[in-house]
Amino acid sequence: MLWNMFVTFFKIGAFTFGGGFAMIPIIQQEVVTNNNWIKDEDFIDIISIAQSSPGPIAINSSIYVGYKIKGFPGAVIATLGTVLPSFIIILLIAIFFFEFNDNVIVQKIFLGVRPAVVALILSAIYSLLRKSYFNRAHYLIALATTLVIVIFDINPIYMIILGIIISVIYNKYKRSRSFDDFDE
Amino acid sequence: MIVLVQLFISFFKIGAFSFGGGYAMLPLLEKELVQKHQWITTADFIDILAISEMTPGSIAINSATFLGYNVAGILGGAIATIAVVLPSFIVITLIFRFINKFKNSPYVDWIFRGIRPIIMGLIGAAAITVGKTSFIDFKAVLLALLVFYLVSFKKLNAILGIVLAGALGIILY
Repeated sequence: MLWNMFVTFFKIGAFTFGGGFAMIPIIQQEVVTNNNWIKDEDFIDIISIAQSSPGPIAINSSIYVGYKIKGFPGAVIATLGTVLPSFIIILLIAIFFFEFNDNVIVQKIFLGVRPAVVALILSAIYSLLRKSYFNRAHYLIALATTLVIVIFDINPIYMIILGIIISVIYNKYKRSRSFDDFDE
Repeated sequence: MIVLVQLFISFFKIGAFSFGGGYAMLPLLEKELVQKHQWITTADFIDILAISEMTPGSIAINSATFLGYNVAGILGGAIATIAVVLPSFIVITLIFRFINKFKNSPYVDWIFRGIRPIIMGLIGAAAITVGKTSFIDFKAVLLALLVFYLVSFKKLNAILGIVLAGALGIILY
């Protein structure tokens, strides 16, 4: 099990270009779809935690997923697996310092990979939305968040804090109105 | 030895105080590495970013490995990498324990209900940001549509999608 986890997270670490949210589709496919270690509805919560904590999102989600699957040893294995590929590759580049960026083939590969990364992020959104229980208000909030971030370049953490405050106030109010029905 | 301790402290700070990951980490990285310790020049810093973008993994970790190696060899690379990951590890451990303890509190449920739509919005914003630099021509848009179709509707593995796109890049460009 632990070896299986290590291989999976090594793959995640080795094939996620662009960092940050670009890793989410691959983590989702490996951990949720292929191995059934995590349920879809838990996955979006893990992303929420990863985004709300300091440090790289990919590493944070790997650590949390590791805990969920197999406790502390799972978290250690997941971290090692995710970090090791980039550690090895960067070390090789630093040691030999070959003209990696100027290599024509490398540039062509990346001209192809970059749009694919966008496609993967979009397919992650598609599959997460299909399995979420969003109502119209949720969709509006999501859309508004996208626009605010893209247009005003605000630090995402403020949007998260705002979302928490609004949700807690709303649900508390709703609960005090009708005590036995505080579900949406 | 002092350099190793400095490396550790610097990258621990970077790991601990950069929220949002990815490009949100850049200002702090630049301040610590270029301005404060002057381990590298601004030009080197941009090179490291370019390499980070072209290699797998997150920018913070890639630059930790690269810089640690340049400042103090393989040991330096290892120490800087561990230092940048350690805060994540500690914080996520605490959150995991906390959430398991307060699983049944309505507040935990409310907090996640509030975050979920925001996170979907953030992922949408990430797609737009990455898209702005990725869609350099019509071929790139078609390539993205192809990969989206194969992964979403034909159950193509995401990693194979990346490999396929890289191969198409060599053919198309």
